[in-house]
Amino acid sequence: MSGVLDPQGIIGKAQLVILTDALVIMLVIVIPVIILTLAFAWWFRASNTRARYRPDWQYSGRVEFVTWSIPALVILFLAGLTWVSTHELDPPRPIASANPPLEIQVIALDWKWLFIYPEQGIASINQLVVPVDTPLRFRITSSDVMNSFFIPQLGSQIYAMPRMENVLYLQADAPGTYGGLSANYSGGGFSKMRFAVYAVDAADFDSWVETTKRGTLVLDAITFAQIAPPSTLSRPLAFAAVAPGMYDAVLANGRALAPYSPAGR
Amino acid sequence: MLGKLSWAAVPFDQPIIMGVTAVLIVGIAAILALITIKGWWGYLWREWLTSVDHKRIGTMYVILALVMLVRGFSDAIMMRTQLALASGGATGYLPPEHYDQIFSAHGTIMIFFVAMPFVVGLMNFVVPLQLGIRDVAFPVMNSVSFWLTAAGCLLINLSLFIGEFARTGWLVYPPLSELAYSPGVGVDYYLWALQISGVGTLLSGINLTTTILKMRAPGMGYGRMPVFCWTALASNLLIVAAFPVLTATFAMLLLDRYCGFHFFTNDAGGNPMMYINLIWIWGHPEVYILILPAFGVFSEVVATFSGKPLFAYRSMVMATMCICVLSFFVWLHHFFTMGAGANVNAFFGVATMIIAVPTGVKVFNWLFTFYGGRIRYHVPVYWTIGFMVTFVIGGMTGVLLAVPPIDFVLHNSLFLVAHFHNTVIGGVVFGVMAGYTYWFPKAFGFTLNERLGKVIFWCWFLGFYLAFMPLYSLGLMGATRRMQQYPDPHWQPFMIAALAGAVVILLGIALTITQLVVSIRARERHRVANDPWDGRTLEWSVSSPPPAWNFTLIPQVSTADAFWHSKVAGLPGHTAVQAETIHLPRNSATGFLIAVFAVVLGFSLIWHIWWLAGLGLAGCLAVWLMLSWRTDREVAIPIGAAA
Repeated sequence: MSGVLDPQGIIGKAQLVILTDALVIMLVIVIPVIILTLAFAWWFRASNTRARYRPDWQYSGRVEFVTWSIPALVILFLAGLTWVSTHELDPPRPIASANPPLEIQVIALDWKWLFIYPEQGIASINQLVVPVDTPLRFRITSSDVMNSFFIPQLGSQIYAMPRMENVLYLQADAPGTYGGLSANYSGGGFSKMRFAVYAVDAADFDSWVETTKRGTLVLDAITFAQIAPPSTLSRPLAFAAVAPGMYDAVLANGRALAPYSPAGR
Repeated sequence: MLGKLSWAAVPFDQPIIMGVTAVLIVGIAAILALITIKGWWGYLWREWLTSVDHKRIGTMYVILALVMLVRGFSDAIMMRTQLALASGGATGYLPPEHYDQIFSAHGTIMIFFVAMPFVVGLMNFVVPLQLGIRDVAFPVMNSVSFWLTAAGCLLINLSLFIGEFARTGWLVYPPLSELAYSPGVGVDYYLWALQISGVGTLLSGINLTTTILKMRAPGMGYGRMPVFCWTALASNLLIVAAFPVLTATFAMLLLDRYCGFHFFTNDAGGNPMMYINLIWIWGHPEVYILILPAFGVFSEVVATFSGKPLFAYRSMVMATMCICVLSFFVWLHHFFTMGAGANVNAFFGVATMIIAVPTGVKVFNWLFTFYGGRIRYHVPVYWTIGFMVTFVIGGMTGVLLAVPPIDFVLHNSLFLVAHFHNTVIGGVVFGVMAGYTYWFPKAFGFTLNERLGKVIFWCWFLGFYLAFMPLYSLGLMGATRRMQQYPDPHWQPFMIAALAGAVVILLGIALTITQLVVSIRARERHRVANDPWDGRTLEWSVSSPPPAWNFTLIPQVSTADAFWHSKVAGLPGHTAVQAETIHLPRNSATGFLIAVFAVVLGFSLIWHIWWLAGLGLAGCLAVWLMLSWRTDREVAIPIGAAA
């Protein structure tokens, strides 16, 4: 068991419950239909002399009533489930918690993920360190093409689109390391566009922030121009400081379109 | 002089592609040589290439689909092999720039050049025969439709040897497909091939819609029309409504790429979200364009081989038309994760689920058609039962994906890939294979080998489960689609199982070709008369194969299942004999010639050879004008000669 089946956050857990409920409700209909199909097809085979042949039987109001009612009732029920759960699990809906949310700004680059922690003034690439039991407020955009920000074990994904923003709330309930990736195809380096999520307790998070702040790399317009062109990274990076307004600038302008050279054919 | 085209466009450094090229050149040369030696050119030109007979055109559509199935499936096998190898850090044998073209080509070819021509071909062949008429409404236009589809097909295959194909996925989402990120010719190949074949599809939709609405045999009211014709009507109405959207969307992307427009770019007010909405406003009806005729085939097969009328005919028709209309209200479920609000997502989620109601009713109606029947287990029945079992699973996973919070974790996953293959293979492929086996004797006068037919079914059926059940599991484990490699080594056994499933399906495809050869060689032993299956509808009342004019005497219809009732009652089932002359449209080279010029046009636009593009366009127009001014349109066949 892993991925969506092994959720480690409040959102993912709720989604697994809905998935299981909907599946069970439908299986109650689907399994008998499959059995009935095979049973009817077998019993009414031409070689079975015990089966009654009714060459003119083509209508029964009662059967008709049932065949429209069963799917209609199931769908009515599922539609209710859908309406309520869609509103409850709307990606930008804040998660109720005693802890204040941590804001993380996410920029999808070709083909790596940039995470900016505005309150802490630090940033990282392809590595996301978060405190457990704290609502995470992600603001998500992209520098050029479309991607989808997805951490399967925490729950909902959402598109990262250039010059547009999506807000997504997630939360990690247990310490651990979870995989994250882009779920929307974005070109040659797409398969390598992965990051690790380290969910740690509050003290460890604070000490990671302190350690990062003692680093030497600074994320400003110049470093951004160096990392933004299409490439894949073999190891994550961390930045001790971030030029203010970096995320909003990318959101407003996108990446200045550098001459683009996809890897050879 | 030659625009962007140069020898550098031919990938001489790619051994796989060059090998395929060599084999194809030798193969095509051998076929051409055989035709020349045997002196078949005249026959081919008169009886096939210039034919405007709906039966010939339908047959050519199906042949095109079968040939392209081999191409599309080669892509599938290459992908599955790559993914079985590229696990836990291994990179496999296909680098991303090649792999990305393959998955884009696989989707494009399977939908536009396998599923579409197969379904359109069956409708073309069957609908006029079931309606009891002599041809479609516009026979020459029918030929144009087919040849434009073939032209698109040729263009997309040229991309294999000259230049490259799109590396964007099968729906070329911008901004990735914009010039800034895809400067090569791949996306242009995609766009022009589909623009040209799309015009063909639209013309075919107009043609069949008109035929069904205006040209039924005397007495055949809508309530007496065979269910396959109803599903064909629904499907063609959808084509007429949806394909112009596709053409317009591609036209806008072409303007972006060729003329510096900004419909879908990141800057200057463009917005890629618009493209994604538009493409799915075409894309979702498209899946019903494919599946509804398949439902029609199953309805015919179930009734015929159970030896009783379809249960609740009216309900079936109503369900079909419900799906037809509802299919336009669900497109947004393809991108719940784009960030629309909860109300919008919930609306489209619920609308999507509602389609499960009429679809569920259809399944129950087939079930109750079996009830009280006397089922003869021929090959089409195998496909039908296989479909009923498989499709309800695909429908169920579809409803799961229609719940937005569930989609948030399964969107773009291998679960989704498994879901749509479940419905497309379990629904469309099983449907067209059932139809192919069912109507083959009508088209050629002999049946297909029954034993091989059953083996082919089992290959597809078991192969499907082996190939796609692992993908459902992987999707639930967090595996997303279009990856060239997966780091988690625990997923490799699933990938190997999926490859094994694909190989089993490959065996089924190989046996389909074998079955054709074996059946043709043994045709004298399997000759059939008009009605090999004890059929119920009018196509079984005429000889196999039917004469060019289908019906010497036009049927007089007074009930549903017209042929069955005339058999039971011993009635003649046709109008009184009149001394009339049958008028048939003359052969026309219009379709073939327009397609030749369309290929020239498309190819030169792709490579920016503007003078040649002008020539291609002028050629298309000239052929069209020649058709418009011709006077000698018909041949007359005296009824004495016909009877």
